[in-house]
Parts: sequence; structure tokens; C-alpha cells
Amino acid sequence: MLAYVFYILSAISIGSALMMVFSKNPVHSVLYLIATFFSIAAHFIILNADFLAIVQIIVYTGAIMVLFLYVIMLLNLNSESEVSKSTIVKVAAALSAGLLFLVMVASFKESVALPVSEVVPGLGSVKNLGKVLFSEYLLPFEATSVLFLSAMAGSVLLAKKK
Amino acid sequence: MEFALIFKILLITIVFVITLVVAMYSTLAERKVAAFLQDRIGPNRAGPFGLLQPLADGVKFFFKEEIIPTHSNKWLFILGPCLAMLTAGMTSAVLPWGDVINIDGVDYMLQGTDINIGILYIFGVTSIGVYGIMIGGWASNNKFSLLGAIRASSQMISYELAMGLSMIAIVMMSGTLSVREIVEQQDGFNWNIWYQPVGFIIFLICSLAETNRAPFDLPECETELVGGYHTEYSSMKLGFYLFSEYINMFISCGVIAAVYFGGYNFPFMHDLGLSDNAVAILGVVAFFAKIIFGIFFFMWIRWTLPRFRYDQLMKLGWQYLIPLAILNVLITGAVMIFTK
Repeated sequence: MLAYVFYILSAISIGSALMMVFSKNPVHSVLYLIATFFSIAAHFIILNADFLAIVQIIVYTGAIMVLFLYVIMLLNLNSESEVSKSTIVKVAAALSAGLLFLVMVASFKESVALPVSEVVPGLGSVKNLGKVLFSEYLLPFEATSVLFLSAMAGSVLLAKKK
Repeated sequence: MEFALIFKILLITIVFVITLVVAMYSTLAERKVAAFLQDRIGPNRAGPFGLLQPLADGVKFFFKEEIIPTHSNKWLFILGPCLAMLTAGMTSAVLPWGDVINIDGVDYMLQGTDINIGILYIFGVTSIGVYGIMIGGWASNNKFSLLGAIRASSQMISYELAMGLSMIAIVMMSGTLSVREIVEQQDGFNWNIWYQPVGFIIFLICSLAETNRAPFDLPECETELVGGYHTEYSSMKLGFYLFSEYINMFISCGVIAAVYFGGYNFPFMHDLGLSDNAVAILGVVAFFAKIIFGIFFFMWIRWTLPRFRYDQLMKLGWQYLIPLAILNVLITGAVMIFTK
């Protein structure tokens, strides 16, 4: 049962990710990306990580994509305003994307499946996640917050500069 | 097991029907309250006291001509109101409507589902609620609709921050993200509002902004933008947009009642000498009484305060509410440490 749900969700996420790349209209691209994020959140729920799923929805679909859509609407971008690229740029893009794909395939070719750890009750709960974040991974957690602070300060500085 | 499943399906259906009926009669109540505040009578032609007015409105919406503008993006134009309705109806799943009811020795919870991240679920649904307005406004291919959509999105993003911060103080105090546990901790008259008055005021203002109610109804500001994001809409699609606003109002009053006003708890609930089931049913009545007062309060505000200007709206959100909410979180944390 869960396997079928997984296949359907994977089909939705890969399909909408491809549509995101292929659609000419930027607004359609954003909407397909939102669908992709939703299906990824559903994947998290299958993995028993409710907190990650809901954070994925709040942060990515609810905040970042709303801002994306906002900027695209504000600039009123549509398929006509997309500038056509020269052939050499297209060839270069195809080559580099193909090489990246090759590297990913190569890295997965030799990989072996990790042993499945036994299910602990409350595995993805907020309580356990908080405990792990604030004990084992405290330094990376705090470093991330400093990163966010510097990004915020940088954007304020850029906005202030006339 | 079988009966538990049937009970759950029945409960969800009843909650959905009640949501729709309350939203329907909110449209009438809005006009009655407006009339009362402006010393008029209000609609009183359809049925006794105008009670059939919502039905008449619904019939009118269904029989009006359905127009899809030629320059609009057809599918997205239809998707907009559908999304608005869908996200409006989703939040009611985690609200606890009442305490546990005991039938034949088995406990039945009067709630759709008690997930351990209920509060975050509410925020998740609220944050995607703006897509209906944005997609509809953009797909209309009309500059007034587009301006309405852009206003809606920036307003939502701005007020979500302060809303989340005011809720963090509650989560810190109660130590849980489950809505049911937050309600259970406010037993009797021990409501959260007595501990978090500032947080409540911030949350109330943000709820008004998130539901696009006056004085924050800038996305559909008719003096500047014709009809805002729903300028091009007609017939039942317009009805869906207007209806989803009332559902949102009902749900956000429900959230406020559950988080700050004790949900299904009421004073002296254990001293009445009644059986647990009777107290649970009275609790449901108390919860709905709180919600209905909340809806009346929202309408009262709408017919009392004039609309904000857009820069005032942004200034209020970013320069007053967010710093105040952060200060509230800090003070709550300090008090918690010193009284431990």
C-alpha cells in the first residue's frame, strides 16, 4: 500500500519538476515548483517526519514561493518577455547539465543500500529533533543562525545604499 | 474499530456542514450588524427577520452569467477560487470542538485529528491560503486584479511573521504543539489570555490581516482597485471568494477561541455535578459561543474602523507588531525562568 503511494508521489514530484523546467511561462514554472514542494512534503510524511513536512510547507511553499510569485508578478514576466539565447549558450548549458547528470549517476552506481535502522517510537517528533539539534548538533545549528543573520544584514545594507 | 471510523467520518461531515452554515449565516449577520451599528434595519424581506436571505443570495450567484475573460488564463482563472475554498476548509481538521465523549465505555474524541504539530499545521494552511487570491488575481489579466494579488501576498508575508512570533510565546508556556493539549491546559477559567494579553492583541490584529478583513482589506480595496483581485470574477466563482473569506473568519475565530480563550473549557465546569458527557456537550456549546462572539467582534471592527493606507499597513506590521512580538517572547522566557 505504502509502496504504491510512494510511486505515485514520486511520479508527481518528478513530473512537476520536469514541467517546471519545460514551461515557457515563469508563473507556470513557479506553480509546478510549488506542486513539487508539496509532493516532497508528502514524502517526508511517509518517512514519519511530520515536523520536516510541515516546515517544508511553511517555509518553502508558504513563504519563499509566495515571494517568488510576488516578484514575477511585480515584474509582469511572461513567455513573450523571455529573451532568446544564442546557440552557443544552449550547447554549453546542455553540456554542463549532462556532465552533472553523469557525475550523479556515477556516484549512485557503486553505492550500496544502508541497513535500515529499526523504528524508534517518536522518531520524527519535534521533541526528539529539538534534543538532537540542541545537544549533538549545537555548533552547526548556531553557525546556521549566524549565516542567516549575515544574509539579513547584507540585504539591509544593499537596500540602504542609494 | 468500525464504529470509530464511522464516527470520525460523521464528525468530519458535521464539522464541514457547520462550517458552511456558519459562513452562510455570517453573510447575513454581517449585514444585520452593519445595519445595527448604522441605526438601520437591514435585510428583512426574505423570510422571517430576513433569515432566508443567504439562500436567496446563493440562488442569485448560481443563476448569474458566468464570464471568463478572453485574455485570461482559463485554467488558472478557475483554479483560483477553488484553491481559496480548499485552503479555507482545511484548518478545521485540527481544531478540538469538544472534550472526549464516552459511548458504551469507549472514548470518542470530538476532533478531526490530534496531530502533534497541530499549531504548525494551522500556520502551514494559512501560509498557502494566499495562493487562491494570487493565482486568481494574476490569471484575470487585469491590472487592478494584479495589484490586489500583489498587495495580498505582501500583506500575508508581513503579518505571518508577527502571528507566528505571538504564537511562539504560547508554545513556550504550554510546551506542546498539539492544539488539544494547549486547550486541556486551560482547564476551567485558567485561560491563556490572562497570561498573554499582548500576544493575544498581536494575534488578533494579524488574524484580521490574514483573513483580509477591514481595516486590512487592502487587496479588495474598492475605492482604489475596483474590486481588487476579484474584479473579473462573476457568478459562483465570485461567490466562492466571498464565501471563503467568511469560512476563514469562522476558522480564525475558532483558533483564537481554542488558543487564548480556553476552547471548550468554561468556568466552574467541574462544579456543576453533571456527568462527563453532559459537560463535554456543554463545552461544545461554550466553544461555539466563543467563536460566534469572535465573529461578531470581527464585524464590529469592520464597521467601526476606517481602512488603513498601504504604507501604514506595512509600517504597523514591520515596525510595531514584529518588535512587540519579539519583546513578548523575550519577556515570557524571562518570566518562565524566574518563576520556575
